[in-house]
Amino acid sequence: MGKAFVYGDHVDTDGIIPARHLLTSDPDRLAEHCMEDLDAEFVGRVEAGDVIVAGRNFGCGSSREHAPVAIKASGIRCVIATSFARIFYRNSFNIGLPILECPEAVAGISSGDAVHVDFQTGVIENETTGKTFQARPFPPFLLQMVDSGGLTNYVKQALEQEGK
Amino acid sequence: MGMTMTQKILAAHAGRANVEAGDYIEADLDVVLGNDITTPSAIREYRGMGASRVYDPHKVVLIPDHFAPNKDIQAAAQCAEVRGFVKEQGISNYYEVGRMGIEHVLLPEQGLVTAGDVIIGADSHTCTYGALGAFSTGVGSTDMAAGMARGKAWFRVPPAIRFELTGKPGPMVGGKDIILSIIGKIGVEGAQYKSMEFTGPGIANLSMDDRFTIANMAIEAGAKNGIFPVDDVTKAYVEAHPCVNPDMKKEFRAFEADPDACYEQTIEIDLSEIDLTVAFPHLPENTHPVGEAKGIAVDQVVIGSCTNGRIEDMEAAAKILKGRRVAPSVRLIVIPGTQQVYLECIKQGWAQIFVEAGGVFSTPTCGPCLGGHTGVLGDGEVALSTTNRNFVGRMGHPGSKIYLAGPAVAAATAVVGTIADPREL
Ligand code: SF4
Repeated sequence: MGKAFVYGDHVDTDGIIPARHLLTSDPDRLAEHCMEDLDAEFVGRVEAGDVIVAGRNFGCGSSREHAPVAIKASGIRCVIATSFARIFYRNSFNIGLPILECPEAVAGISSGDAVHVDFQTGVIENETTGKTFQARPFPPFLLQMVDSGGLTNYVKQALEQEGK
Repeated sequence: MGMTMTQKILAAHAGRANVEAGDYIEADLDVVLGNDITTPSAIREYRGMGASRVYDPHKVVLIPDHFAPNKDIQAAAQCAEVRGFVKEQGISNYYEVGRMGIEHVLLPEQGLVTAGDVIIGADSHTCTYGALGAFSTGVGSTDMAAGMARGKAWFRVPPAIRFELTGKPGPMVGGKDIILSIIGKIGVEGAQYKSMEFTGPGIANLSMDDRFTIANMAIEAGAKNGIFPVDDVTKAYVEAHPCVNPDMKKEFRAFEADPDACYEQTIEIDLSEIDLTVAFPHLPENTHPVGEAKGIAVDQVVIGSCTNGRIEDMEAAAKILKGRRVAPSVRLIVIPGTQQVYLECIKQGWAQIFVEAGGVFSTPTCGPCLGGHTGVLGDGEVALSTTNRNFVGRMGHPGSKIYLAGPAVAAATAVVGTIADPREL
């Protein structure tokens, strides 16, 4: 799939996309500043299919959806963390950025390792070390939303059914 | 099994007799809130949903407060987009520059939120309104769009931690010291995904402004919401701040937790033991009593924000600054939360005190709190601020540092030039 960018605990939304760049909601322009204050090299090195691996409470802070949007538009395929802050968690589902909670994988992946994720099974493989990890499955309600293509599509269908 | 206060409000808004922690529900919304940063994305998603009319033009509240008054051309474009949407949809709760304020100070003051409401806002500090006995939580722009389109939001019913408050806070100790010391105790993810329910006899000793400050920072402990029971203080506040929009038809409803409600944990807090508290960089959980922070030099002091931009905060700062001067090495920036708070500062003579002391006294805005404008920090600069986040780069350059405290400590620090204990001035 791609290589891992590894970060610590409490990566906050100001670190993911600083407020000074919130003068646009264009995903590609947000992506140009993704992780800027935390890891100035991220934007230059990230390639489509890469993954972010982080510790506890990833995405804490502001409600800005710009944070998962910037990560998704940067080419990151998935974020694996020990735990997520709640608004970031909900926003990621709503906008269709796959996120997985898996403390074992976080402990077992180093910066630059090649990582493969199977979203169907939740199996995370560190291709560099050959180790595999099982992420917690998504709750059924969220699976349903992901299946309908995120919250926007889910609501679209609901509005059509309700005849609005 | 009994329900917590939060669970009761959610059940009532989901049309259910009972909910349990972990249930997924869809709840009816009394208010959907957005600001100049989050609304433009929400408008795009709203269009993507195929929606054409908002579910109720009197229940959507849009406030340009973050980069407004427009800080630059892009900010002007974002605010204009919000304004255009307001016109198109006939939204009655829009506050233009000159009438606006920081959303979380403004909504309760204008009576747009009340006890028993379910409120979502595309701003993380929407949890502030829990102080009134409402369920109120921050969401992203897509949730806001869905809320505007259907008047509903999905929630996972949260479990709760109960905070049993006793005693009376000491002199100058306020809501900010209480919530900072709680976050210091439980950590920035101590209430992750959960409700923080405040109960106990100590609550009677807290003003509404103290409660707003405490509920406001529930998010800094990772909580979904913070909530206070409805008492005489709440009722008096709501009576004094009736809803300015007759089309909203607010209904004040007091919900109480069941006696056998299930809490994951009960934490006892004796308010009389809480000291003036300062959070060190770069997390709100890095708290210390002010005594341990004394002597740290600062370049800038900010008094304001949705956490501490209310009347009592301005009064606390003015009392200390009266007849004193800001230290030559310090820039003091005072930003009242709303036009009403601003006007009160003028009427009470506090505005004059701030200006005579050598401080900036600005129109309401979020401004420096998010490193937006009106006091952005440069590399290596240190601020003491009454805002709510001290993350790396939050108020400007990633090389700057932020200490968080209440208004009394902030005012004393501005005078001394290093972090100071206002009781010793
Ligand atoms: S004052 Fe600060 S924390 Fe509050 S709404 Fe504005 S930017 Fe957010």
